[in-house]
Order: sequence, then C-alpha cells, then structure tokens
Amino acid sequence: MSTTEAPLTPGPSVADGDADAPREVGRRRRIVRRLIGNPLAVISFAVLLVAVVVAVFAPWIAPYSPEQTDFARTFAPPGTSGHLLGTDDLGRDVLSRLILGSRASLEVGLLAVATALVVGVPLGLASGYFRSLDAVISRFTDLLLAFPFLILAVGLAAIRGASLGNAAVAIGIAQIPGFIRLVRSETLRLKSLDFVTASIVDGAGDLWVLGKHVLPNATSVILVQATVAIPAAILGEAVLSFLGLGIQPPDPSLGTMLATAQQFAARAPWTAILPGVTIMVLVLAFNIFGDSLRDALDPKGSRS
Amino acid sequence: MRTYLLNRAWQSLLTLILATVVVFLGVRALPGDPALALAGEDRSPETLAAIRLQYGLDQSIPVQFGHFVNNILHGDLGTSIRTGTPVSSMMRTALPVTLQLAVFAIVLATIVGVGAGVVAAAKRGRPAEWVANGLALIGLSVPHFWLGLVAILYLAVATGLFPASGFVPFTENPVENLHHILLPVVILGTGLSAVIMRQTRSATLDALSADYVRTAKAKGLRPSAVIGRHALRNSLIVVVTIAGLQLGELISGAVVTEQIFGLPGFGKMTLDAVFQRDYPVIQAVVLVTATAYIAINFLVDLLYSLIDPRIRVGGEAA
Repeated sequence: MSTTEAPLTPGPSVADGDADAPREVGRRRRIVRRLIGNPLAVISFAVLLVAVVVAVFAPWIAPYSPEQTDFARTFAPPGTSGHLLGTDDLGRDVLSRLILGSRASLEVGLLAVATALVVGVPLGLASGYFRSLDAVISRFTDLLLAFPFLILAVGLAAIRGASLGNAAVAIGIAQIPGFIRLVRSETLRLKSLDFVTASIVDGAGDLWVLGKHVLPNATSVILVQATVAIPAAILGEAVLSFLGLGIQPPDPSLGTMLATAQQFAARAPWTAILPGVTIMVLVLAFNIFGDSLRDALDPKGSRS
Repeated sequence: MRTYLLNRAWQSLLTLILATVVVFLGVRALPGDPALALAGEDRSPETLAAIRLQYGLDQSIPVQFGHFVNNILHGDLGTSIRTGTPVSSMMRTALPVTLQLAVFAIVLATIVGVGAGVVAAAKRGRPAEWVANGLALIGLSVPHFWLGLVAILYLAVATGLFPASGFVPFTENPVENLHHILLPVVILGTGLSAVIMRQTRSATLDALSADYVRTAKAKGLRPSAVIGRHALRNSLIVVVTIAGLQLGELISGAVVTEQIFGLPGFGKMTLDAVFQRDYPVIQAVVLVTATAYIAINFLVDLLYSLIDPRIRVGGEAA
C-alpha cells in the first residue's frame, strides 16, 4: 500500500484531467516505477516480449516447417537429436508447431480484441454520453450477451465455415459487451466531473469533449480491460480450434495440436502436455501483467 | 422496487424478441437456398417442396417469422434433418446431463471459491494469501479442456480411478453417475472457482474496511465472527452476480467438457449438429441458449434486488 503517493482526487485519470503536462509525465513515471518495482510485472512483461518477438520472427526461428512430416520419425520423444521437443504422430517437429501455434494464438487474441475495441469503445462512449442512445445501446449489449462465445462461434461456423478469422470475429463479438459496459460507466463517471462539465458549459462540441476529455481519461481502464481480454481470446481460440471450429488442420494451432494429441496422449504424452503448458504460460503472463498494470494504475495503491 | 422489476422484465422480453429475430435471420443468412441447407443430403424436388411448405419458405419473411414464433410457442423447435427426431425430444434427453454438470460445477466452485477468497482476505499478506492468489491465477489461465485431457490421461487411463468417458443417468445408478461426472465437474468448476475466489477476496477486503465491520470489531466481536457474520454475507451477492455474468462461460465450458468426457449432453448435441450441418438443430440450440441466458439473468437480477436493498432503491444494477 503506497497511500502516500495517492493523489487527492477520486480516480486515476482525474489528476491529468486538464492535460496538465508536468503532472501527466509524473504520473506516467510513477506508474512505470511501480511496474518495475514489481518483480511479477517484470517477469510477465519479459515473457510477453519474448512471445511477441518469437511470433513476429516465427518462420525464421522455427527449426522446421510446421507442416513438414517425417514418417520415419513419428512420436520421437523430447530430446531426440534434431527435435528438441520431439515429434508428433506425423513426425512433425513439436517445437516448430508450438512456435507457429503461439503466433496464431497471439494473432487471434489481437484480432479479437481489436474487433471488440473498434465496436465496443465508440458504443460505450455514445451510451454513456448521449442519454438518448443509452437505452438502444444497452439492449444491443444485452442481445450480444445472450449469445455465449461458443454458441456464436457455432453459429458463425455454420453460416460461414470454420476459420481463424471467423473464430477471432466470434470471440471479438462476445467481448464487445464488456467493453461497452466498461467504457459506458467510465464515461458516466467522467461526464460528471468538474473539468468536463466546465468544458461543456464552455460551449465545446460533444465530439470534442469525448475526444479531448473523456476518451483520453478512459484509456487506462480500456488498456487494463484489453490486457485481460487478450488472454481470454487466446483461451477461446484454443477451445474453438480444439473443437474443430477455429483454425483448420494442417495449419498449426495450439488447440488443433491438442485435438490430435487427444488420440495419442497415452503413447506420446508430450504432444498433449506441451501445447497446454504453452497456452498456460502465455495466458498467465498476460493475466499477471494485467493485474500488475491495474494495481499500478490504481491511485489507492496496490491490492496484491 | 416494482417499477424496477417491471422495467427489467420488459427489457428481458425485448432482448428475447431481438434474439429470436437474430436466430431466425441467421438461417436465412446462409448462402444459397435455405431449403437446400435444411434438406441436407436429400435434394429431391419433393423433399425441397415439402421443406418449403413446412417452413413456409415460399411466403414473405414476416409471415415466415410468424410461423417460426408460433411453432416455438407450441413447443415445436423443428426436426433434425439427420435423424428426423424432433429437436425438443433431443433436448429432453440432453439437457438433464448438462444441467447436472453445470449445477454441480457451480456448487463446487462456490464452496472452493468463497472459502479460498475469504481465507485470502483474512490472511492478508501471509503465505495462505499467496497460495490462494496463485492458485486462482492459475485457475484462470489454464485451458480447462487441456486440464481435462491431462486428468483423463493420468487419472483415468493410467490408473483407472475414474472412467475416461461416458455417462450413467442418476436414476439408473446414482453411484456410477457420480463416478462418471466427478472429473468433468471438477474440470468445469476450476475456472469458475477462480473467478469467484478473486471476487470474494476483493469484496471481503472491501467489507473488512467498511464502517460497520469496524464497529463490529470495536464492540469486541471475535475476528471469525466478524468475517462469518458480516463480511461473508456480502460474498452471497458476489456469487449471485457472478453466476449471471459467467453463465456464458459456463455454457461454453460445458460444451467443451462434454466433448472431452464424451457426455451425451447439450454440448455434444450442439457440436454434432454443427459438423453435420444440421441447421434446425443449430437454430434451436442457439435460441434455447439465448433464452436460458436471458431468463437466468433476469432471475439473478430479481434475486439480487432481494439480497441487496440498495438495488431496489438505487434503481440501476451496475
């Protein structure tokens, strides 16, 4: 608890409400300092950094092509020369498939959250700011919520076929309500604050107030929500691909790797265990970093 | 209170109507002739004509929608184009399996989650909190279907402690039923218990710093009594709220869990329908899920307003 550092104002974003430049820089520096001071935040950030670098350069880093089969060496256990993490039922290199599978996971994660952000943030702003739109957007939110992501994915797969893109869209649509509700309540809160009221009284246009005051001050909560939404999307992709509703074989995906491994788990446990551990490490890193970020942004000091 | 409930009832009904429209239009959004899609493999002109007649596909969209709603209201959810079985009777066999799985998972998750959450809040800064927090984070991050695979591999296949798949109805053999459903319940409950734990911990911490708890402490109540009588009561609200919010996750989770453990429930029925392009079944599944979601969330709000008087007065359930 670092209560001494807490600003006197009620929310994290209020301190920089009037775009007071030196104060804003001070706040950022304080957040970064808190993050660096938290070993869990540093470790999780390092893991994410490595994951992103590996994903970007995946084709060059992976020792083999993920689709290259070698029927002479199927089910080679981890440690076999040339195959650090072994091979699968078709003799494909597990490490290479993990690397390209993680890349696909991150792709779906980012694509899904981007979808949710692009639709959710403007609707949340509009819903919180314009009273006349609130009821309509709230019903839309309820409607989206009524379709769980797997059911959405089932529907999309039935209509448009299963693919990485459709899986990302299904997960993204399912995440829209979360962003709408979050941004809506943040907008409601900010709208009632003096500096925003002052700006409105001053004759500023709605779009200007939203763009200049509300959105910038809502970024920190949106950011935290995004760091929670990406790992959820990664888990979602794994589930969908596992069920055959996402990425289609032979394209590497951690989910499809597990689906194949299900048949051979007793014979080659590493093909079942490694993709799961990879997913868990990725998701855990995002979740821990998200928690740390929320704590660092919380002016009341950290909770955990 | 009455206006609030009437308002919520009206909102739920509106959402339900919208969801029905979406589901109805979904099948019409299929590329090509819906009759072809609904016919499946059998594409003889007679079958197509029969389907057009049955679904009223030759009539205008609003008339078709009227038919659609009318059929649903009479309990007719359509007929599987693969097996010819009415979807409603498929649901009757599949739903009890899923309901048992879901209800058991919620109960287990509540016991574990609330317990761990209260311990974490009460033992703040001590090892018990770290362990509880760490387990919750892992519970949130681990892919549950993978946990299921590992459980089958090591607890079922390797040791034979549990059956790897299958289901025995409770009415047939209660012991075998529990034996078959225990692993799936634990797997499905993991994520939910992690969510409940984190929320309970945070709610208990809030409650512990609230004025009324300070008063309770000041008047000399033992710490265990303070937590039990005052702080824990708040966790009831937490669990009810989460039950509503996490319902979508739970439904999705149940589908995957059933697939892994080979339980003949709602999820298996859904996936079979997708892979066989059994559109009437898919349509019914989506509609039933949405209806269940809307109904349960309405009930949650109802319950919520009974537990927390602030909602009745404040009007808006945040």
